[in-house]
Amino acid sequence: MAVERLTLSKALNAGLRRTLETDSKVLLMGEDIGRLGGVFRVTDGLQKDFGEDRVVDTPLAESGIIGTAIGLAMRGYRPVCEIQFDGFIFPAFDQITTQLAKMHYRSRGRIDLPVVIRVPYGGGIGAVEHHSESPEVLFAHTAGLRVVTPATPADAFVMIQQAVASPDPVLFFEPKGRYWDKGDVDLGITVTAAGTADDAATGAGGLVPLDRARVARPGTDLTIAAYGATVSTALKAAQAAEADSVSVEVVDLRSISPLDTETLVRSVRRTGRCVVVHEAPVFYGTGGEIAARVTEECFFELEAPVLRVGGFHTPYPVSKLEHDYLPGLDRVLDAVERAMAY
Amino acid sequence: MSKSEDRSDVDLVQLLTPTGERLDHPEYAPLVAHLDAAALRGLYRDMVLVRRFDSEATSLQRQGELGLWAQCLGQEAAQVGSGRALAPQDFAFPSYREHGVAHTRGVDLADVLLQFRGVDHGGWDPNAHNFQLYTLVIGSHTLHATGYAMALQRDGLVGTGDAARDAAVITYFGDGATSQGDVNEALVFAAVNNAPVVLFCQNNQWAISEPTTRQTRVPIAARGDGFGIPNVRVDGNDVLASHAVTLEALERARSGGGPTLIEAYTYRMGAHTTSDDPTRYRSAAEEEHWRRLDPIDRLRAHLVAESELPDDFQAELDAEAAALGARIRATVRALGKPPTSRMFEHVYATPHTIVEAERAFFERYEASFADSDPTTAAAGTHPHATHTPASQDPAMSHAPQSAAGRSL
Repeated sequence: MAVERLTLSKALNAGLRRTLETDSKVLLMGEDIGRLGGVFRVTDGLQKDFGEDRVVDTPLAESGIIGTAIGLAMRGYRPVCEIQFDGFIFPAFDQITTQLAKMHYRSRGRIDLPVVIRVPYGGGIGAVEHHSESPEVLFAHTAGLRVVTPATPADAFVMIQQAVASPDPVLFFEPKGRYWDKGDVDLGITVTAAGTADDAATGAGGLVPLDRARVARPGTDLTIAAYGATVSTALKAAQAAEADSVSVEVVDLRSISPLDTETLVRSVRRTGRCVVVHEAPVFYGTGGEIAARVTEECFFELEAPVLRVGGFHTPYPVSKLEHDYLPGLDRVLDAVERAMAY
Repeated sequence: MSKSEDRSDVDLVQLLTPTGERLDHPEYAPLVAHLDAAALRGLYRDMVLVRRFDSEATSLQRQGELGLWAQCLGQEAAQVGSGRALAPQDFAFPSYREHGVAHTRGVDLADVLLQFRGVDHGGWDPNAHNFQLYTLVIGSHTLHATGYAMALQRDGLVGTGDAARDAAVITYFGDGATSQGDVNEALVFAAVNNAPVVLFCQNNQWAISEPTTRQTRVPIAARGDGFGIPNVRVDGNDVLASHAVTLEALERARSGGGPTLIEAYTYRMGAHTTSDDPTRYRSAAEEEHWRRLDPIDRLRAHLVAESELPDDFQAELDAEAAALGARIRATVRALGKPPTSRMFEHVYATPHTIVEAERAFFERYEASFADSDPTTAAAGTHPHATHTPASQDPAMSHAPQSAAGRSL
């Protein structure tokens, strides 16, 4: 099958379609995902092709979506739930953190819950309140959940399939500000749960495993760790820094839980500097965790403290101010300069 | 009690009076007409054994062998009556007080105590008994039950007309749980999906210290009307009526007729848990009133009146109950501390690098004590030589409560 140039949204649609085709136990559940195709059209056309029992328009109740998905998974289904917007996930927070995350553990491995929760997240689209948030660390902090986020259409297509194939619950954060970004997607790649669990996890067939980072751009002077929407910002920053003769390596984390410290540490040991960029607030964020781990592992190689660029400890601001809140190119370059100045 | 909560607002199905007389009921009496004296003695035996287990567990908690216990005292009829209505292929989602249902599903009651002993978060294989693990967060599992019922629909196990094949789900919750969003969402999802699920509410009148009037101003069964869900209010201390309404509801579910809300009107004769003190919020007169409505007494009275409770049956049952109590006690007291390594097991179904790294760290940490000669340890061969690794602490080999209390 050919390589096609698709938007990230279309790549997700193609990936979901592939899982529906290859595994009859896969179900999509969510608000407005059927006839409408989802408010971002990620599930466009899928109900028409796979029917109302497999692409389910649910009542408008997030806890109910996740709670019933847990019951379906207990009988062998693989529900893929859509939470319409990041800020709407909280009614389901209890089901996700107290039930979904812990069932495998409390049953001592007798119950698998292969539930995927798709969450359009992040800002930059001029939305109203509660439509631009980045709550990923709230879930990364909960044992039992995997938390991943693709940055490119190619990764979106493969990672959604890997997430569905995973026997663990996966929070799948989709950078909604990048839904319309285009990239080449190899539609010849199919990941199924019917392969061994290891295949899906380790990425047999040359795929990057779901829980591993990838080096998005090699460099020698400084490492930027980013994920989701901030990967392309980091790549732009790397390009701009090149003009100042600073060689920036960009690591796309892809997975927030687990965190691929191995790839990151390998990079920082070479570059000696690390800047972490994410839209979520810096305070108690992914950057703090990375700073602690990188410092512990790279203490003698570091030329500068690990710096963080991200959202502030404020509620997500009004959209007219969001570009001051978000870690844009200028703030990332500012951090690169500060790190290089040590 | 407000007028709207008055039980007379909704008919209460009753087939056995508190004094043990059978009542006729045009709809429900025929559903239990097939139960002969042996079957009634079977229900009686179930309830007696469950109560014996329950009281043994309470004693074990009082003696420090369990961290906590949630008694089902007084609710045996609602639980045994409904539990015995299930077909083998049906699946039950309990809250945390459904020991009577656990018994009817063939769960070893000793396993129910693993969680309360602090050695397991579950205790049995849910799929071996079609009985899900207890859920402590109020009402969460009603959604799991509804989802499981939606799976039965997709599996083609509803409305086929094959009695050995068609299946249903039942979920248990209390009067307090009806205020939870999840229970209301379960009612919505069950209704719009016509899901084969029976929502069985044991209204035991107290959510810890709060009376049902703090949860509702209409009878709980009547809530079903707003969701378009058939509903029935039954005397939960009447094992026959509880059995009959559940049989009907399960059959409706299996045949494709959708969900039913059952309100079993009963009473929590004991405390909420062994940590609770009901004397702070309810009267001795109220408790005495309900003692006269005891679910076991009324079936015994009926069997005696019918001359269907031979002395030798009662004697054998008493001996069986005593043996159960002794076995539960011995089994529970023999349960030691699980291996520390278990803490890291089954967090994920596939290896998670952070958990694996922390497990490896902790194993190294624990192993660092292994080569310390105990005679020289105090002299400081290891920087933490005075520390006893948790997995080697002899005090933890049994009686987890006292040990946990000390080390924490």
